Amino acid sequence: MRLFLPLLVTFLCGILMILHFFVPHRPISTLGDGLTEWYMIVASAAIFLGSANLIQVHVHRISTKARNWQYSPVVLGGFAAMMVAGLVWGLEENRPFDYMFQNMVVPMGATMFSLLAFFVASAAFRAFRASNWRATLLLTSAFIVMLGRVPLGGLIWKRIPEISEWMMQVPNMAGQRAVMIGAALGVVSTSLRMIFGIERSYLGGTD
Amino acid sequence: MKAALHIFLIPLLCAAAAAECSFVLTTDAEDMPDDDGGRIRLEWTVDPTVEPPDSLVLERAAPDGTWEALASVAPIDGRYSDDGLENGRTYTYRLVPYSLGVPGEPGPEAEAVPEVKWLHSGRIGMLVITVVLSVIILGYIEAGKRGKNLYVRRIAGLNAVEDAVGRATEMGRPVLYIPGIMDMDDIQTIASMVILGRVARKAAEYGASLLVPTCRSVVMSVSQEVVKEAYLQTGRPDAFRRENITYLTDDQFGYAAGVDGLMVRQRPAAIFLLGTFYAESLILAETGKSVGAIQIAGTAMVSQIPFFIAACDYTLIGEELYAASAYLSREPKLLGSLKGQDAAKLMIMVILVLGVLGASIGQWWEPAGRVAEFLRNLTHVE
Amino acid sequence: MRKLLEKLDKVDRRIIYLLMALSVFLPLALRLNYPIPVGSGPSRDLFDTIDSLPAGSVVLMSYDYDPSTMPELQPMAVALTQHLFSRGHRILAMAFWPQGASLSQEALTAVGDSLGAVQYRDWVNLGYTVGAGVSIVRMGSSIRAVYPQDRDGTPCDSIPMLRHVQNLRDIDLVICLSAGDPGIHAWVMMAHDRFGVPVGGGCTAVSAPEFYTYLGTGQMVGLLGGLKGAADYETMVREGRENTPAGLATPGMAAQSIAHLVIMGFIVIGNITYLILHRRGRGEAR
Repeated sequence: MRLFLPLLVTFLCGILMILHFFVPHRPISTLGDGLTEWYMIVASAAIFLGSANLIQVHVHRISTKARNWQYSPVVLGGFAAMMVAGLVWGLEENRPFDYMFQNMVVPMGATMFSLLAFFVASAAFRAFRASNWRATLLLTSAFIVMLGRVPLGGLIWKRIPEISEWMMQVPNMAGQRAVMIGAALGVVSTSLRMIFGIERSYLGGTD
Repeated sequence: MKAALHIFLIPLLCAAAAAECSFVLTTDAEDMPDDDGGRIRLEWTVDPTVEPPDSLVLERAAPDGTWEALASVAPIDGRYSDDGLENGRTYTYRLVPYSLGVPGEPGPEAEAVPEVKWLHSGRIGMLVITVVLSVIILGYIEAGKRGKNLYVRRIAGLNAVEDAVGRATEMGRPVLYIPGIMDMDDIQTIASMVILGRVARKAAEYGASLLVPTCRSVVMSVSQEVVKEAYLQTGRPDAFRRENITYLTDDQFGYAAGVDGLMVRQRPAAIFLLGTFYAESLILAETGKSVGAIQIAGTAMVSQIPFFIAACDYTLIGEELYAASAYLSREPKLLGSLKGQDAAKLMIMVILVLGVLGASIGQWWEPAGRVAEFLRNLTHVE
Repeated sequence: MRKLLEKLDKVDRRIIYLLMALSVFLPLALRLNYPIPVGSGPSRDLFDTIDSLPAGSVVLMSYDYDPSTMPELQPMAVALTQHLFSRGHRILAMAFWPQGASLSQEALTAVGDSLGAVQYRDWVNLGYTVGAGVSIVRMGSSIRAVYPQDRDGTPCDSIPMLRHVQNLRDIDLVICLSAGDPGIHAWVMMAHDRFGVPVGGGCTAVSAPEFYTYLGTGQMVGLLGGLKGAADYETMVREGRENTPAGLATPGMAAQSIAHLVIMGFIVIGNITYLILHRRGRGEAR
């Protein structure tokens, strides 16, 4: 029974959503629309689950003085500050929430993203080695695309941006499509396994 | 004087023009295609050479023949959807231009009958393909159940799962499992949960500590259940630590920062990056590399695969991620679905080759062009 | 010599980081500027699509990113908003990323004020919603079912601009600025494939290659890829309108040029050391 009910729900919802794509007639259309609305409600409720777990885990860490517990008050403090500012003064411009968002969340997020530049450089240095003809081909195309994506490439030779665009639109696209078609079939197969209850390990049960 | 003349003359000229022909050139009404009925789609065009009125009023004929106003719209080309209508009844519409509150010459009338459809006409081809794909995959699953011997090629990344967990156990360091940054409605996250069950079972067998930081709260709940079940199955429920499976944040780079911190502090010996990843993929993989962990990554996000190949020891590419469940369990039913997937791929390849050949040869030989056109219609979705 | 090569081969990653930081910082500090020629391509296609829409068209913009990817995507948002308002189009803004709603408000108010666009007449910000693909499907039959009110709490029924906008079929173009998922994939699969609405977009440079497949099939009308796409768009918006203020992306292109050169330099050094050491290694082994 513990597994039967979730499997039944998965089967009914899966079949209904497939039918919803092909059949515009009622009651399929209304049931499909209803399910999408339920999903939105459940997805919104998940934020409470996350917040509760966040508080629970960090309070536990502080109370048991677990390893690196000193970071936990910072997490809880930041969480409380943003929540109180939003609830008390609202989300409009020039309010405390907006101030913290613009002056703390925005620069911190941008900092994390900008780390990518450094990691790309070190990964490229380590991984881009002309060890065989295929790696050399990859290296050459990477050079052309990198030059083609900046104004300097066009200044060196005006055809570089065109060649770069061609590489993106033809060989790149061919490879992308191949992986995408394979992955899409994987999605179809996994979905069928789940709808028909063949794959059930995601429910925490035996597979 | 000139301005005053304009003020008086323009409305007069407009009125004269309106008396001859309407500002509205065409009005089209049709049943909204492929819907659940009760809806008519209206489109109209206006004469750009005539001075526009203040507004247009869309009117619908009532059963007694009188006109009732539906909406006031801007005096430009436009469209409108009239909802909540009775299926099978004929509805008539027209647009009336209004200037200074005075109605002008109404535009042409248009009528339509709302109808309900049982099948979306633009998706019949896709329905056929879906049924055929499902039959192929389910057929192979049935063959697998009946014990047919099914060969699956070796996938190095999945063979390395056991070694990676064993290495972490020997080194006395934890195993870090990152299930991507998407929610449970993403099929890659579900595939990742399946592999997590296997990794957790190995970790439980070997007694290694397993950390699962998640980016979504629902993923955290599912992960806790999956790992708990794995520990139960291996007879080690006492070793299960719920607090090791935590929610960090929904924020993409906030999550990346949190996981990076975890890597640097806990120094895991094995890291699994399996699921949906975006720009944070390299940030995570490079940090993992810097702490000396053995890394197994897998995603169907094509733009992130190169980063994983550059920074990780093993990478599952695209569909290999979905194959993991069958590959690791070796269960005949699941292996059957993998074979079905391959057969479906073959079918798509045949359609692609036929389509390309048909379209190319069709330039000179018409029947081939018709084959290409048929295949294009079959695979086209509206 | 061998020692030097070995040192170069195992160069400390912090040196790489330092040189990268300098290659970005110095061009910005010295205000280096390169001309940005815009040829035909996905950026030009998106620009031309917007140019060809009749005035007064309703364009839905989905701001599916957060502050971390703002350096690449916010310049696109600003340039697109400038272009749309200057062509007399109306913008319906929304977001599948919570922080995207604030970023959209920033772009709409800043550009709207400078070009005289008025809230509720020329633009509406619906704010954030959950559900992504599921929400798009629902918006296909009713936008009000997903957004009964806008970001400021005004009921959609009382907003003049939305009087004739009932569902996705009333939208002339969708533009999704996406840093990940939910984003362009969902809009293409649901809005374009299910409801036939043209979809254009902008994304980070990292994820641009995967969307080229949609350009080839006509599922997307155009694409701005990373800072380059944003700079291209700024250049096109400014063509013939010299009084338009300079964008945020154009100055960044010089820094990006130098950074690319530095990365290429590292790859060249890495390969020289690899080839010499590897070849010698093989020679010694023989």
